[in-house]
Amino acid sequence: MNDIAGRGIALVRRVWSLVALPLISILLGLLVGAVVILVSQVIQPTKPFDPTLPITGYIGLFRGAFGTFEGQVDTLVFATPLVLGGLSVALAFKAGLFNIGAHGQFLVGALASVAIGVTFNTSPAIVAIPMALGAGMLAGAAWGFIPGFLKAVSGAHEVVTTIMLNYIALTVVAAMVSGPLDQPGSPSPITDDVGTAALPIIIGRSGHLGILIAGVVVLLVAWLLYRTTRGFEIRTVGANPDAARYAGMRPRYILVLTMSLAGLLAGMSGATVVLGVTHLMTASFGSTVGFDSIAVALLGRSNPFGVVFAALLFGAMRAGAPQLQLQAGIPTEIVDVLQATILLFLVASPYIRRALRLRGVKEPVAETDTISKTYGSETVG
Amino acid sequence: MTAEVTPGAPAGPEEHVQAPALEMRGITKRYPRVVANDGIDLTVRPGEIHALLGENGAGKSTLMNILYGLARPDEGEILLDGQRVEIAGPADAIARGINMVHQHFMLVPVLTVAENILLGEETMANPVFLDRAEARRRIVELGKRFGFEVDPDAKVGSLSVGWQQRVEILKALYRDARILVLDEPTAVLTPQETDEIFSVLRRLADAGHSIVFISHKLYEVLEIADRITVIRRGKVVGERTPAETSEDDLAELMVGREVQLTVDRGESHPADVVLRVEGLEVKDDRGNKAVSGVDLEVRAGEILGVAGVAGNGQDELVEAIVGLRRPVGGRITLGERDVTGHSPRDLHQAGVGYVPADRHRFGLVLSFPCSDNLVLTDYYQAPYARFGMRDDGAIRAAAERRIAEYDCRTPSADARASILSGGNQQKLVVAREFSRHLRLLVLDQPTRGLDVGSIEFIHHQAIARRDAGVAILLVSAELDEVLELSDRIAVMYRGRIVALRDGRTADKNEIGLLMATGGEDRAADTAGGAA
Repeated sequence: MNDIAGRGIALVRRVWSLVALPLISILLGLLVGAVVILVSQVIQPTKPFDPTLPITGYIGLFRGAFGTFEGQVDTLVFATPLVLGGLSVALAFKAGLFNIGAHGQFLVGALASVAIGVTFNTSPAIVAIPMALGAGMLAGAAWGFIPGFLKAVSGAHEVVTTIMLNYIALTVVAAMVSGPLDQPGSPSPITDDVGTAALPIIIGRSGHLGILIAGVVVLLVAWLLYRTTRGFEIRTVGANPDAARYAGMRPRYILVLTMSLAGLLAGMSGATVVLGVTHLMTASFGSTVGFDSIAVALLGRSNPFGVVFAALLFGAMRAGAPQLQLQAGIPTEIVDVLQATILLFLVASPYIRRALRLRGVKEPVAETDTISKTYGSETVG
Repeated sequence: MTAEVTPGAPAGPEEHVQAPALEMRGITKRYPRVVANDGIDLTVRPGEIHALLGENGAGKSTLMNILYGLARPDEGEILLDGQRVEIAGPADAIARGINMVHQHFMLVPVLTVAENILLGEETMANPVFLDRAEARRRIVELGKRFGFEVDPDAKVGSLSVGWQQRVEILKALYRDARILVLDEPTAVLTPQETDEIFSVLRRLADAGHSIVFISHKLYEVLEIADRITVIRRGKVVGERTPAETSEDDLAELMVGREVQLTVDRGESHPADVVLRVEGLEVKDDRGNKAVSGVDLEVRAGEILGVAGVAGNGQDELVEAIVGLRRPVGGRITLGERDVTGHSPRDLHQAGVGYVPADRHRFGLVLSFPCSDNLVLTDYYQAPYARFGMRDDGAIRAAAERRIAEYDCRTPSADARASILSGGNQQKLVVAREFSRHLRLLVLDQPTRGLDVGSIEFIHHQAIARRDAGVAILLVSAELDEVLELSDRIAVMYRGRIVALRDGRTADKNEIGLLMATGGEDRAADTAGGAA
């Protein structure tokens, strides 16, 4: 009996030590958001000052995201690319790499999916979907392979190369959509519809197959990381590349592999957006998914299941934002403020930990170390 | 910073006969799970060399951190010259004349001696400009007084380790240190350098400085200290003078039980040559030749010890043998097989075990549980993995078996390696590397930084492997360790083996001299070769 109770307490402690800082960051983020909402009322007094507005707003946000069935589906739809993108960044973090390039990989993934989707947009779905999805994954993987390869052969830092590749991806998208992929006769650059390559709706009005795919991928990534020897190698290279070499692993190979897999996941994320939601691309196709993925990975502590929770939170904010505006008259951009402040507090977690005297809480998000330390220090011998 | 400045003239012993220079009374420091210091009393008289002896984790560092203002005691008080003081931080400690020479030197290699000494002192005299001329003059004067003249304009990076340490001491003297704390000062020195530093310390003490000498080398403590305080598990367990004690007595006090200081090893029975190194040449990270033409042989059932001052190519030699560094010339043969430039994985499989010098860098992944660390080099093969999938049950079972077998103190196999003490971390590495099917065992500083108890254990394990017919290559900067374990001793100097001696008849002084100079006849041609 005592033993069971003791184990229960130990489990609660362990969970608390893991989730304490992300939770506190979210709360602090909401608090700052509330201040922003209050202050903006003072700056632009269109209505009488309402001190409860932040609460009304947050309730609206919550209702929008979870209050109705369609809202819940929307939350899932918004969360799907974030789950995949978050996994991409998280996987790279596990190998000690900072994949800022999720954005670029997302874009080329989306582009390749559209290109193949448009080509096969009248073929049977059973052919068209795997082709388009696979193309997105491969393109993303290639976009991840490049920085991995460059790092392995010349030590070029992935932060620098992936940022550059993000810009290249943006321009490539614009060039392709306004050039070869442009729908003939359209007034502005826009691709054809992907037709039968579109992911089927499986739940509600907008809930596409990508939701299910993302769920399966979470399990696959968790399995890879914690159940396979390859995953052990990835984690070892990330935790201590010298020890990895000593243990007979090949850090260079592992980092090329990890970056390619990370790219594959981000490319898949892009594919689910174009195949599941937009069904086409414009030259200005942009999205914050790539960057939000970094926040998701951090908030989820680079744990595949943590990433799911973080992605759901961010997805819910996106899904609930319209209601926030409708019910409280707060611009949807407040969601960006919330996400950004949460991220800031997360990165500042060492200080939060000290300020709140959180003993026993797990060390400052390990991944922030990767961000602050990898740059400039060559970890691969 | 109101300390009275009487440059280089600490209070002479005759003025302070009564009050101790430093008195720590009933110091208690509790951390969440341990009491690091439990009512420690320490009295250091003026002009005394006082040794603080204890195993790792006994509480020596905590006590010194309290003295240096880095930690605050929960109970107890500190008195300087009979006056009660509160030490607010390192700057305050320095202002009160307490200085610390750390084990890892806090020097900037690209700066000169004078610049290093002035570091942190820039604003003392003049808030804007450094008075280098004055600084230089004082450094030269201090050096002269205490018998270690050093060129104030020499770059610290170009100095030997022994001289760098003297720069650290000079730095303390420059700041009018009256109490000097030295944390394991001899860990990195050759026997000759140790003798030199001891004479410097003696001279300082004679001039009235008080010295706290932290060490776990028993014979050194007996040689240099006026009094010895032994602490164990946060408590003072004894105070001795060298005249009334012995190494065995001190070791027993430190560990709390009788300790066998010297390994009882029988005759070795060398058989076939297992490792043969011929004309090996290896470059270091900067592309300089660190190993230039090494030949050696290790036979099954013998221990070949490589003695040498750190940085004479031992690291590169070892890394080449275990596959972490590709040699630029020569051959390495294991049994009949040429393994030059083979990967670490290949060598593991061929029966090479390796205990690296830097367990934090190479030997362990500190953030991983003990169980993963115990299979770090075998994780990919049965029974720990099948078809690329880990078998956690098998890993755990093996881990628990090894933890028990090697008496590794850990809360559980799932505990992170980082929470273990240094000795127990090393036991993880040793347990892993020793439990494999072995032909050759490469031990690089296997007991660095460990306490007497762990050293005893690891030495016994090594002898047991030798007697089981494993060829062992032992590399250590601790000459005592090499002398104690080796059947044959090779001395490495500037990338070459300059001498080979029989382990039982080797003379410590001769080996020490060879380590420091490479030997008379060889000195000339190695210098020529290096130029």
